[in-house]
Amino acid sequence: MSEFRFAVNVAPKPGILDPQGRAVEGSLGHLGVEGVTGVRVGRRVELTVEAATESEARATVDRLAHELFANPLIEAFEIERIELPAEVAR
Amino acid sequence: MTVRVGVVVFPGSNCDRDTLRGLELAGAEAVALWHEQASLDGVAAVVLPGGFAYGDYLRAGVIARFSPVMRAVAAFAADGGLVLGICNGFQVLAEAGLVPGALLRNRGLRFLGRDVRIAAERLDTPFTALVGDGRPLRLPIAHGEGCYFADEATLDELERDGQVLFRYVDAGGTRARAEGDPANPNGSLRAIAGVLNAHGNVAGLMPHPERASDALLGSDDGLPILRSLVEAASRAAHAPVSEVADRAPVAVGS
Repeated sequence: MSEFRFAVNVAPKPGILDPQGRAVEGSLGHLGVEGVTGVRVGRRVELTVEAATESEARATVDRLAHELFANPLIEAFEIERIELPAEVAR
Repeated sequence: MTVRVGVVVFPGSNCDRDTLRGLELAGAEAVALWHEQASLDGVAAVVLPGGFAYGDYLRAGVIARFSPVMRAVAAFAADGGLVLGICNGFQVLAEAGLVPGALLRNRGLRFLGRDVRIAAERLDTPFTALVGDGRPLRLPIAHGEGCYFADEATLDELERDGQVLFRYVDAGGTRARAEGDPANPNGSLRAIAGVLNAHGNVAGLMPHPERASDALLGSDDGLPILRSLVEAASRAAHAPVSEVADRAPVAVGS
């Protein structure tokens, strides 16, 4: 078995109201920054999965992302592999 | 005989006591159901109360969805059992897919604690049969994520199928607009404050009927909602065995 580390990046789907993103965008003028649009605020979940293969680990992450980390009605997600220096076969 | 109605207590629920009290005022024997129990103790209806179940971490309601008691609630609902989710309870039901849609962050971003007015769209449901003539009800809200969302096709279906249970209205009873209308506190699409599932036995609403269940609290406009539920639960508990055969046994004698 090996350990595989992933990040799941969750963001509001395009077209879904994102009041947080809108508020952040509205504040940019106060920083003296102009020309920034399309701010969307999401969340990132990082996790380590123990599995025989990367694809097996990824299948677990995919299931968790669908069922728990993201609400498919309103959120989209991307799974990202993070290389672990400490990743060793057991 | 007094009907038993259960109130689920999650870690972080904070309206469970008020809801137990409101259900008692509505004529029920109200019992608490701990989130780790896998049985519903034979209650005739279940209420998911307000609060911040599991700290509202990740998304309001999502972690509660996977608790043992929610598996029992989902099975109970699938068998036609009556389930009402209030505020955070509505969020739990939506995350569990037991009612359609999702609750987004309030459009104005702020947590809102104040009175609103809602009107029942239907007066023939287990949750609204005693609500009266559909005049506006004044109920408190207390939530940060109450903006009802579903895609346009789903919203059309909900309206077509009579699944919109409550809408935000102004003092005169006129339906609030989706945006820029103080009568719609959180910017809910089509001013939806409460919905039903397709079978009409599961409902969620954002305002708190239990916080308006006694005139001493400033309003008892919420009591008819709780009384509707208790009366419908009482009928379900006393239905012929054949109608509830595949449900958990109901203790009517206690």
